[in-house]
Amino acid sequence: MSEAAGRQPHFVAPLDQTPLEAVDRLDEAAPPTSLWAEAWHKLRRQPLFIVSAILVVFIAVVVAFPQWFSSISPMVQDGENCRLANSLAGPTSGHIFGYDKQGCDVFAQVVYGARPSFLVGVLTVAFTLIVGGALGAIAGYYGRWLDALVSRVSEIFYAVPLVLAAIVLLSGFRAQGGVGVFGVVLVLGAFGWPQMARITRGAVLAVRSADFVTAATALGVSRGRILIRHVLPNAAAAMIVTATVSLGTYIVAEATLSFLGVGLPRTLHSWGMQIGDAKNWLAQAPEVLFYPAAALAVTVLAFIMLGDAVRDALDPKVRG
Amino acid sequence: MGWYVGRRLLQAIPVFLGATFLLYLMVFLMPGDPVAGLCGDRGCAPAVASALRSQYHLDQPFLVQYLLYVKGLLTGDFGTAYSGRAISEVIATAYPVTVKLALLALAIEAVFGIVAGLIAGLRRGGVFDGTVLVVSLLVIAVPTFVMGFVAQFVIGVKLAWLPTTVGGNQTFTALLMPAFVLAGVSLAYVLRLTRTAVAENASADYVRTATAKGLTRRRVVVVHILRNSLIPVITFIGADLGVLMGGAIVTEGIFAVPGVGNTLYQAILKGEGPTVVSLVTILVIVFIITNLLVDVLYALLDPRIRYV
Repeated sequence: MSEAAGRQPHFVAPLDQTPLEAVDRLDEAAPPTSLWAEAWHKLRRQPLFIVSAILVVFIAVVVAFPQWFSSISPMVQDGENCRLANSLAGPTSGHIFGYDKQGCDVFAQVVYGARPSFLVGVLTVAFTLIVGGALGAIAGYYGRWLDALVSRVSEIFYAVPLVLAAIVLLSGFRAQGGVGVFGVVLVLGAFGWPQMARITRGAVLAVRSADFVTAATALGVSRGRILIRHVLPNAAAAMIVTATVSLGTYIVAEATLSFLGVGLPRTLHSWGMQIGDAKNWLAQAPEVLFYPAAALAVTVLAFIMLGDAVRDALDPKVRG
Repeated sequence: MGWYVGRRLLQAIPVFLGATFLLYLMVFLMPGDPVAGLCGDRGCAPAVASALRSQYHLDQPFLVQYLLYVKGLLTGDFGTAYSGRAISEVIATAYPVTVKLALLALAIEAVFGIVAGLIAGLRRGGVFDGTVLVVSLLVIAVPTFVMGFVAQFVIGVKLAWLPTTVGGNQTFTALLMPAFVLAGVSLAYVLRLTRTAVAENASADYVRTATAKGLTRRRVVVVHILRNSLIPVITFIGADLGVLMGGAIVTEGIFAVPGVGNTLYQAILKGEGPTVVSLVTILVIVFIITNLLVDVLYALLDPRIRYV
C-alpha cells in the first residue's frame, strides 16, 4: 500500500484504498433498515448464532415434548421403570445411558430433567425483565428521588449473594419437600432483579438525552409515551443480551440449590438433583454423573453463545 | 477524592442497614422453632423453653428483635448462638480460613487469567487462543459443584496428587485444589476480559507509535499494551473477593473446609438465625468495602476518570 501511495502525485488515497469504500457503495434506493433488521441480517450468517439457536430450539422441544425422546417416564417410580437389579448397570439396547443407583434409566431422567431446569431459567429471566426492567427504566428516565430510591433498594438486594440468600429462604421449606418451580423462581428473581435494573437504568440514561427524545418532547408527546415508544426500544438491546447470558446463570443456580437439597421438590428430579445423587457413586459409575452434568453444561453454553452472538450483532462498533 | 470516598461511605450505611434488615427478616420468616432442638429428643420443659425464648429475645416482636440485634452490632456484640457459643468466636474461627481460601483463589485467577489472556489476545485467532476460548466457555458452563467433585475424584482419589479434603489441615497444598475450583469461573472471565482488552489495545495508535519509536517488543507489550488492558481486569478481580467469599459455600462443602460457607450452611440447616445474619452481615461489609476500593482504584488507574 505504501509503495502505491508513494508513487501517486496526489494526497487523496484512491477510492479502492479508503476504508470508507463501503459508505460510497451504499445503495441509497434500498429501504432503511432498523437496528433489529440489521442485526437479524448479520445473525443469519453467523455460525455461532446458528449453532446456539438450533441448540436452544432443540432443548425447548425436549422441554415441551419429552415423550417424543423417551418412552420411559421417570416420574412414575414403579417396578417397570426402576429395577434395583439394574443398579448402576451399564448401557443396554434401549437404555443407552445405562442405569443409576436405583436402577432407573438415566437417559429418561436426563430428558425429563430438562423441563424444571429450563422452566426455572426462563421464568426467572422473565421475572427480572419485568421487575428489574420496569424499575430500572423508571429510575433512569424519571431520575431524582425515584432514581435514588430504586438505586439504594437494588444495592441492598445486590449486596446479598444470590445463592446464599436463596439457601436461607428455601431451607425452611425442606420439611415440606421444597417449594416447586414458582417458589424457586420467586426467590431467584427477588435477588436477581437488581442486575437487570442496573443495566436498564444505564441504557435508558444513555438514550434519554438523545436528539430524537428531545424531538418527541417538542412534538408534544407525553412522557410515558416517550418512555415506552422511544426510549425503551432503544434500551432493549442491552436488556436482551443480559437476559440471555443470565438465563444460564439461573439454570446453574437452580442446579446448585437442588444439589444442596433446598431447591425443587424431589419429584421433579431436575439435573442438579440427579448430579447430587450420582456424586455418591462417582467411583463405581462416573457416567451417571456425566450425562446430567453434560446436558446442563450444553444448555448453559447454548445460552451464553446466543447472548454473545446477539451482543456482537447489536453492537454498533462492530457493524460491518 | 476524599469527598467522593466520604460520600460513598455515607451511601453504604443505608445499604448495610437494609441488607441486615432483609437478612434478619428472611431468617425470622423461616419456619421451625429454634428452641425445639436444644433439649434433645424429649423436648424442653415449658419453663426452660420460655426462659430460653426470653434469653434470645424470641418472645419479642420482630422489630424489637431486630433493633436489639442492631444495638448489639453497633457495640461490637454479635450476640450468642443458640448453642451458647459467642457468635464473635464462631466468626473468628471461620473467617480466617475463608479469607485464606478466597485470597489464594484470587491470586490463581489473577496470575493464570492475565497470563493466558495476554498470550491469547496477542495471538488472536491462533491455536492457543482457540483452545483457551473453548476451555473457558466450558468452565463457565459446567457448574462449580460438578467441577469440584470431578477434581476431587480425579486429582485427589485416583491420582492422589493433592489431599481430597481440607478439614483441620489448612495448609497451602490442602487449600490448592479448593482454591482452583473456587477460582474456576472467575478465572475464565478474567481470561476473556484480558484477551478482549489486549486484542483491542494491540491495534491502538499509541502501540504503533511505541513500536515505531523502536521500543523492544517486550517493552511495548508489558508497558503499553498490558498496563492499559489491566484497568477493567483489576476492577473485576477486586470486586470478585466478596463474590468468592460468598460463593465458597459449595466449594467449602465439597472439600470440607471449616470456613464461613460451611459454618453458614450448618447454621442455616439448624435454623441458627443470629449466626446466619452475623456471618452474612460481614460478607456484605466485605462486599461493600471491596466495591468502594475498586471504584477508588479505578480512578487512580485511569486518568480519564476523576471523582469530585
